Amino acid sequence: MEFLLNPLNQICYLPLVGALIIIFALKREQTRAIQAVATVTAGLDFVISLPLWWRYVPEGAPFQFVFKTSWIPSIGSSYHFGVDGISVLLILLTTLLGFIAVYSSFTAITHRNKEYYAFLLLLQTGMLGVFMSLDLVLFYVFWEVMLVPMYFLIGVWGGPRKLYAAIKFFMYTLVGSVLMLVGILALYFYNSTGLATIGLPGLGNPATFDVTVLFKVAPQIPGSLQMWIFLAFFVGFAIKVPMFPFHTWLPDAHVEAPTAGSVILAGVLLKMGTYGFIRFSLPLLPDATRKAVPWMVGLALVGIVYGGLVAMAQKDMKKLVAYSSVSHLGFVMLGMFALNPSGLSGSVLQMINHGLSTGGLFLLVGIVYERRHTRMIADYGGLAKVMPVYAMLFMIITMASIGLPTLNGFVGELLILIGAFNRSAAWATLAATGIVLGAAYMLWLYQRVFFGEITHEENKTLADVSTREAWTLIPLIVLCFWIGLYPKPFLRIIEPSIGRLVQVVDPGYLQHPPLPAPQAPAAEPQGHTGG
Amino acid sequence: MVGDILAVLPETVLALLGMVVLLAGLGKGRSPLTLGALTIGSFLLTGVTLSWVAGGIAPDDRFMLGMFAVDRFAIFFKVVVLLSSSLAVVLSLDYLKRHDYRPGEYLSLLMFATVGMMTMVSGVNLAAIYVGLELMALSTYVLAGYFRREVRSHEAAAKYFVLGALSSGILLYGLSLLYGATGSLDLATISGKLAADKPSVAAVAGMALLACGFLFKVAAVPFHMWTPDVYEGAPTPITAFMSVGPKAAAFAILLRVFAGALAPAEASWRPLIWGAAALTMVWGNLAALTQDNVKRMLAYSSIAHAGYALVGLVAGGAAGVQSVLLYMLIYTVTNLGAFGFVILLESRGYAGETVTDYAGLARKHPLAAFGMLLFLLSLGGIPPTAGFMGKLYLFAAAVRAGYVWLVVIAVLMSAVSMFYYLRIVLQMYLRDGEEVVPAPLVASAWTERAIWVCALAVLVIGLFPGPFAAAAQAGLGIMPLP
Repeated sequence: MEFLLNPLNQICYLPLVGALIIIFALKREQTRAIQAVATVTAGLDFVISLPLWWRYVPEGAPFQFVFKTSWIPSIGSSYHFGVDGISVLLILLTTLLGFIAVYSSFTAITHRNKEYYAFLLLLQTGMLGVFMSLDLVLFYVFWEVMLVPMYFLIGVWGGPRKLYAAIKFFMYTLVGSVLMLVGILALYFYNSTGLATIGLPGLGNPATFDVTVLFKVAPQIPGSLQMWIFLAFFVGFAIKVPMFPFHTWLPDAHVEAPTAGSVILAGVLLKMGTYGFIRFSLPLLPDATRKAVPWMVGLALVGIVYGGLVAMAQKDMKKLVAYSSVSHLGFVMLGMFALNPSGLSGSVLQMINHGLSTGGLFLLVGIVYERRHTRMIADYGGLAKVMPVYAMLFMIITMASIGLPTLNGFVGELLILIGAFNRSAAWATLAATGIVLGAAYMLWLYQRVFFGEITHEENKTLADVSTREAWTLIPLIVLCFWIGLYPKPFLRIIEPSIGRLVQVVDPGYLQHPPLPAPQAPAAEPQGHTGG
Repeated sequence: MVGDILAVLPETVLALLGMVVLLAGLGKGRSPLTLGALTIGSFLLTGVTLSWVAGGIAPDDRFMLGMFAVDRFAIFFKVVVLLSSSLAVVLSLDYLKRHDYRPGEYLSLLMFATVGMMTMVSGVNLAAIYVGLELMALSTYVLAGYFRREVRSHEAAAKYFVLGALSSGILLYGLSLLYGATGSLDLATISGKLAADKPSVAAVAGMALLACGFLFKVAAVPFHMWTPDVYEGAPTPITAFMSVGPKAAAFAILLRVFAGALAPAEASWRPLIWGAAALTMVWGNLAALTQDNVKRMLAYSSIAHAGYALVGLVAGGAAGVQSVLLYMLIYTVTNLGAFGFVILLESRGYAGETVTDYAGLARKHPLAAFGMLLFLLSLGGIPPTAGFMGKLYLFAAAVRAGYVWLVVIAVLMSAVSMFYYLRIVLQMYLRDGEEVVPAPLVASAWTERAIWVCALAVLVIGLFPGPFAAAAQAGLGIMPLP
């Protein structure tokens, strides 16, 4: 009973309940009913997740709405849910995009509806669990659980090369995550007994997978072992992000996935990687994190520039957006590994922004794909004349993606650049070229698709967006403007969490900020650290 | 004397009932269902006797001239063995009905093999262990060749017998060397001798040969050659049985002898097991990648799984042994379920042997396909299935003991294994089959029931492993650890 009363459990398992209803109570032919159940479940899930927004107290305990109960006592793993400001935002993003993904699929999915909506809902349960878990085994379970539905979403409802893309996605992620599992085990045992072969003494604590306990003890792990564990986590998370050079699964998966799959993939799944870094790698392994900064920033910068350049050369709209994701996620990683409040805040905000704008872009591409069954840029042109509303929506999301002031991308990128500049002017300069490239490929895409003469006969009769399609985009656009014009509520909710993180990962920063920051965050009282 | 009879009562009951089944099967036109019910009843009765006997025996007691123990370790494995034999019988029922072979001998042989395994896991003397092992092996040789009119079944039996006999010879040789070096076949005495002095050359050679013999029985590389052919040729329910019951029993003695009695000399044998574990995982998984026959693929997969379990033996100690116990339980339900599907497909008009036979299965039999998906995920170690929890315990024990590189090999190989498990998933879900008219549901209700039991177990253990891990922990409490 207590289990069901916890809001996090309700949010996490509601989609599972919906999936079970679809599987067991409905027949394959009842398409309408299946869609209705899926929409209602996903919608209701978003509605019940909204109270987190105002019930979460940023200045309160580090983790709130905590639910903890014994699960596998013999290895010290418990069923432990809880959220901080960062996870609250990501959970809201997940439930919103989850609803939009369901709502946008009615016309796109024409066969095997039952399995489709069941998998989509199962996927949502997996993703929400990842953002809520405060126990490493539980986290790992959810992390892997979401692989299977995503594999099916790509593999059954995908494009021509769906089988290749599905297996590539699965294998890449799996290889990364099993190595992460070794890292988790090392962390677990070092904390209690020490590792015989490496000849390290243990810390002598009771062995546990509980993150809130590990936050206190793990940072004491000596540097060399921290580095190995960091590396193991890095492989798991970096493949998911994806960071250059582990990004090659992403374009394939995105191009072949159905629209809703791409929205979820870009909007939420990639964030699981960045979330992993920010939740586990940084606070658990601060020494290794500081040592890894040059490498991580280097890879992030390469990703920013490389992603932008490759995006420029794409002929396929979805592939272009996919590579732009590589570039945007480079920004997120850059801000994160600046290891200062503005960089980290920007990084988290940019996770949300990328989810909104890239999710929107994939929805938009999906809209014309449904009508024309091609994603080639060359097959379009002059669409602004026949689909004016669509052109306007596309313009707004494009601007959000580029980072035009008044829209969300600007705030996130600005914070990241400030954070990076505080560390090194060179980083910020290099990263700024990524913004220029972003503007170039996105505007060029817009120009080729919407302006000029209509070169293809079929395009002359294209219908503009339907009301349902418009409604999938309107929430995203509203949020883009909201974050762009008044980001304070969003920053307010994450700031204390970020403050605690900086205190662990770079305590020196708060005492001697390199530049007199205009609004230096108030130093948190000691004892709040992570736990 | 009374204690002796009491201690072996479950085995005695089962052996006597086996003879009853054998005799009952002689009459013409005996339905497999009746005999099967009798067999299942016998297993249940054995289980009841076991629980009654176990209550009245102190775990430290030794019976039959100190050769036989009924400790918790033995009880755990007896339960696993009885479980796997019962499920194998249920899986066989519809199969026997379709194929015109006498069910009486088949079922009684299965029962005698079970008696052998139960004896094996209780043996605390190398001679007793050997006797149980041979009873089990001889019964399975015959069962592998039970389909006399099929060439493949012949080949399987012949290969299994020749290679099995050779491995028994190696085992005996190792046993005699160890006897020569320590002057005893009693595990506790051997353990004491090895702890007292540095092991002699003869003892080391004996241990190595013993290890080779046991590794043959669990089908570890490089002693795995027989597995794919035998698994492919044998009647599928027997393949299912061989891949779990005898393997679990063989692991039981491997643990009792090596992690228990020979633990004082672990420096001499551990590198060997380390190498065998690594080779088995790598080769089992890589070879499985290229198989198109599902039975062969599952054969290589079961080789690979022996490799994972060996990781637990390498880790040693209480945590290592516990993880192997848990893994054997999990592996038993998972693998029986997977083979159950091969049987089910055979009965539903699919050949069920090549990977492409699975095409479009999800559309025609969605529940069956979902069950198979569950078993494949469990074999691959993807949560929330039992397979993940089994691997978590194994790898955790190995990391704790410091064998990080072995674990890295293990996790990478289990990622590789998903590649071939996904080939079946891909056929089931992602490819639509040619227009095969779904076969009329042949009465395979019993096969299905066995499968659902396994599927339920896979999910329950995957989500709530606590009680099962606790059972495995209780199982190791009384091991003859020094």
